[in-house]
Formats: sequence, C-alpha cells, structure tokens
Amino acid sequence: MSKYVIIGNSAAAVGCVEGIRSVDKTGKITLITNEPHHTYSRPLISYLLLGKTDRERMKYRPDDFYEKNNCDILFGKTAVAVSAAAKKILLDDDNTVQFEKLLVATGSVPFVPPMEGLDSVNKKCSFMSLSDAEKLQSFINKDSEVLIIGAGLIGLKCAEGILNSVKKITVVDLADRILASILDKEGAAKVQKHLEEKGVSFILGDSAAKFTENSALLKSGKEVPFDALVLAVGVRPNISLIKDADGDIRKGIVTDDHCKTSLDNIYAAGDCSESFDITSAESKVLALLPNAYSQGFVAGKNMAGEETLYISAMPMNAIGFFGLHMITAGSYVGEVIDASDNETYKKFFVKDGCLKGYIIIGDVSRAGIYTSLIKEQVPLDTIDFELIKRKPQLMAFAKTERDLRVNKAFL
Amino acid sequence: MKKIKVNEKWCLACHLCEYYCAFANSGKGDMVKALQNRKIFPRITVEENDKISLAVPCRHCDDAPCVKACISSALSVDSDGLVQINKDKCVSCFTCVLVCPYGALSPGEDGVMQKCELCQTNGQQEPACVAGCPNRAIEYKEAAE
Ligand SMILES: Cc1cc2nc3c(=O)[nH]c(=O)nc-3n(C[C@H](O)[C@H](O)[C@H](O)COP(=O)(O)OP(=O)(O)OC[C@H]3O[C@@H](n4cnc5c(N)ncnc54)[C@H](O)[C@@H]3O)c2cc1C
Repeated sequence: MSKYVIIGNSAAAVGCVEGIRSVDKTGKITLITNEPHHTYSRPLISYLLLGKTDRERMKYRPDDFYEKNNCDILFGKTAVAVSAAAKKILLDDDNTVQFEKLLVATGSVPFVPPMEGLDSVNKKCSFMSLSDAEKLQSFINKDSEVLIIGAGLIGLKCAEGILNSVKKITVVDLADRILASILDKEGAAKVQKHLEEKGVSFILGDSAAKFTENSALLKSGKEVPFDALVLAVGVRPNISLIKDADGDIRKGIVTDDHCKTSLDNIYAAGDCSESFDITSAESKVLALLPNAYSQGFVAGKNMAGEETLYISAMPMNAIGFFGLHMITAGSYVGEVIDASDNETYKKFFVKDGCLKGYIIIGDVSRAGIYTSLIKEQVPLDTIDFELIKRKPQLMAFAKTERDLRVNKAFL
Repeated sequence: MKKIKVNEKWCLACHLCEYYCAFANSGKGDMVKALQNRKIFPRITVEENDKISLAVPCRHCDDAPCVKACISSALSVDSDGLVQINKDKCVSCFTCVLVCPYGALSPGEDGVMQKCELCQTNGQQEPACVAGCPNRAIEYKEAAE
C-alpha cells in the first residue's frame, strides 16, 4: 500500500510530491492520472503549436522524476470514487487503491454550455491538454478558418499558437471585452487592438446560437463559417470526486489553511480547489499554475506531517501575446491610480493604505516588486509611493528596510 | 552558500557591475568588442537617484518564488542553493518577473529570461560584478541562510 496517493499528475501533483519529499524521503507515493503523458506544463500547449517548445522541452519535470522520488504512477486510469471512511479509491478498471493520505489534484474541466447543433460539428476541440493541442493541429492547415468561442486567456493563447499556421481566426465572446477576468475595459481595448493588428478578428458581445458542420449562426444574426472550432468558453473546477464523497464544496473544493478538505486524510490543491485570496478576503478558485504548485507543495508537507500554512494566495497573471506583455495581480478594488505613460498602461488599486492590485501592459520589468507590496500588505505611507509608482524599485523603501530586504541572507 | 552582499553606502553608481556582468555573460573575450555601442543586458541592476544608489542582484532565495512559479520548469535550484535558468525551456512568459520581489529576472538580448547565476555557470571564478566593483559595494561572502 502507498502511504500517499495523488489523483492528478500536473502542477499541483508535482508540488505535492516535492512537498512530501521535503519532509519524508521514503514513504511510497502513487499518482493516478487519466492522461497518457509524462507530467507536462499545461500552459505550454500553445507554445507547442507556435513552435516555441517541443514535447521533450515542455516536460514539467525530467524523465527520472517518478523514479527519483520513489513514485508509482498509473497512467490512463480515472479515479471514479473516493471513500474517506475506507481510505480507498475506485478506478475505472474496477481496481481499488488504498491510501493513508490522499491529495485530490484533478484540475479543471472545460465548461461547454449547451449549444444547438454542436454535435454536427466534426472538427471541434477544447484547448486544455496536450491531446487537445494535437487534435487541433490535425484539424488545421494554412487555408483553415478557425472559430474560437471564448476570448479569455485560454482562447487567446490558442489564437496566438495557431495564427501563423492558418488563414483566419475569429474569436467570439459574450462579454463586451477580451480577457475580462484579468483586464479592465481600457486595458482590454489596448490588447484587443494589438491582437487585431496581428490579424485576429473579434466579435464581442455576441454568442453562438446554432451550429451546422462548418458554420456558426450568432445571436446577432451574423454567420461565421469555419473549418475548425475551438471551445474555450471557460473552465470549471473538477470537484466531482469530493462532491460525491459528501465533502464540502462551493465553486471549488473547500480547503482549510492546511489545504485539507472537510474529509479525513484528504487534501485538495490546484484548479479543483479554492484558496483564500488575501486581496479580497474571499475564498476563490485561483486557476493558475504557480498557485497550483504552491498549494500542492504545502498540502504535501502537511500530508507528511510537517504543519505548514497556505496563507498568501492571490490572483496573479503574467501573459503575453505576440510580444506585448502584461502582468496583473490582486483585486481591482479601492482607489484607482493611473500611472500610465506613452509606452505602458499601468493602474494601481489602493485600499486601506495598501496596494491591493495592479495592471501593467507593456513594460512589465521588475513588476514582482509591486507583487511583494500586495503580498506583504506594506503600508504605502512607509515607502516612497510616488517613486515606486513610476518604476518598481527597492529604493522606495526606507533605508533600514531595503537593507533588510537585500541582505536578508546575511542577517 | 556564498552570495552577494550589498553595501549600499559604498555604491558610487558607476554601473561597472552591470558592464562586468554583461561582459562575463557575453561569451566574448574582448570587453570593448562585447559591449561598445551596444545596449547591454546585465543580470544585476543599479538603482539610483540623486541621493541613493545600490546594486540589486538575485538573492538566490531559500524558498525561491521564481522556481515555484515557473510554468515551464526552466528555473531550478541546485543542491547548493544556486537558482539557475535553463534558457532552452523558457518560453518568456514573464511569470518569474511577476513573483520576484527583487526584480532580478529580465529578458536578455535574445528575449529569453536570464538571471544571475553567481558566475558559476559561465566559466568565471567568482562573480564578475564583485570582481569589477571598484569600491566593494558588493561582496561575495558566505551567507547565513
Ligand atoms: C492553454 C492554457 C494556458 C494556460 N496558461 C497559463 C499561464 O500562462 N499561467 C498560469 O499560471 N496558468 C496557465 N494556465 C492554467 C494552468 O495550466 C493551471 O492552473 C494548472 O495546470 C493547474 O494545475 P493542476 O495540477 O491543478 O491541474 P491540471 O493541470 O488541470 O491537472 C489535473 C490532472 O488531473 C487529471 N485528472 C482529473 N480527474 C482525474 C481523475 N478522476 N482520475 C485521474 N486523473 C484525473 C487530469 O487529466 C489532469 O491531467 C493555462 C491553462 C491552459 C489550458
């Protein structure tokens, strides 16, 4: 029997393995994944299509990762039920796996709203996995017209990945702006213009009413012909195992500050779970790779018996399209401070004397200094905010404070 | 492990550390040829205004947030604690820039992220920035953590 079992084999799962191994060097770990691949970086599937990485380089850990960490891995198996009382997992092949401590790291599932005629479309896919990317690749050639439903991060990363390999891309979204989850209206317009200049077409504030094999009829009456259809409307946390086991769920699996679910000996991490967002003081699904890894890491430490808290999560994103980079973090609440210049769009959100969020599009250099202001809730009256607003820099901290920061390792 | 200690009060804002860094990582044998009339891409940053100046290199954090956040696993930390980047794996997503509290990662001339590796990976004996600093405003010393 394995001491530790992990359902999933992606960022949260890998974080968990490394968290466990930072405490317990030997206890056996078993991973269960319904994908057939060695652990890979999910966000890199668009870079794969773009030719900026390949199957080998996009591996999230080296080939000997499982062996080195004394892990068994079951590829191509789906966990269909979990029992906390029996400490048992049922697999789709009717086998069972026993555990002492379990991590559920099942990620997200694509959300596809019911749309008339979708079944008649042959060349359609989501854009969530390596297999999806391979499927999309097989659908397209230089003469293809592609319709992407969804102008969020995933839909637009997909557009970037294939733009140069196809004839035309149209992106449709119900929202009146792109990247609605991370950008404000003005910022979104800027990025949209950039994408349009590169050749992506947008139809916003509209949605697909009906599909035939090679065409979509939109609510507005517009018709969009396509050779391939990508469904990137949104994602939902994959909560079914915990829900069916009567564990607490809201939007995602509810976890405490040790990443434990309401069920005994069962933890959850990554896109399937909620984290406490310090910038809004709300529990939220933060479907981001750095969050998944860190949450998994903390869960792993706790599973191995070293009490560790997961308490400084927040939404944050670094993303770029065709050379235009943007970094966003935190919540867009409180007073808005515009620090934009000709080159760069920059907004700060300040509440209770602390930075709660920011949006930067353009020159994003050293933005992590801003992130640290949010994370540590640094009172802005203790730093030179006028200075740091223009450019992230440690000089904005008081002398003793910046010395403490840069020379921490020598104290 | 040994890290770079920053002695702000000795910094003259001469920016030589930035030049020595860019040269040491240029792969070229001649400093003039490597740097003259070119925009340089150092891995150490000198911050300055009329009153203050200090050099800010990577701190090789114990709990390196860049390594944990890297979406392509291009960043890693070796058994000595040296935080390194495998440029071959990096896709320039800037997630490391989002999380580094020192602003210590930046794109190089090729657009791929680069960072200070304490001159342990470029054939130098000790950090070129430290060797080139005329006023010991940065020192290569055994760190406590
Ligand atoms: C195209 C794209 C681009 C992205 N870009 C970025 C980005 O730039 N930055 C960023 O921070 N994030 C990005 N993300 C989000 C990021 O990929 C996720 O946050 C991250 O992968 C979450 O990791 P996870 O381990 O929680 O879950 P996932 O990576 O979703 O992995 C869950 C795994 O569990 C498996 N699984 C699920 N249920 C079962 C079951 N019952 N039995 C067995 N196995 C199961 C799944 O098949 C999957 O392999 C992107 C995502 C996509 C799709």
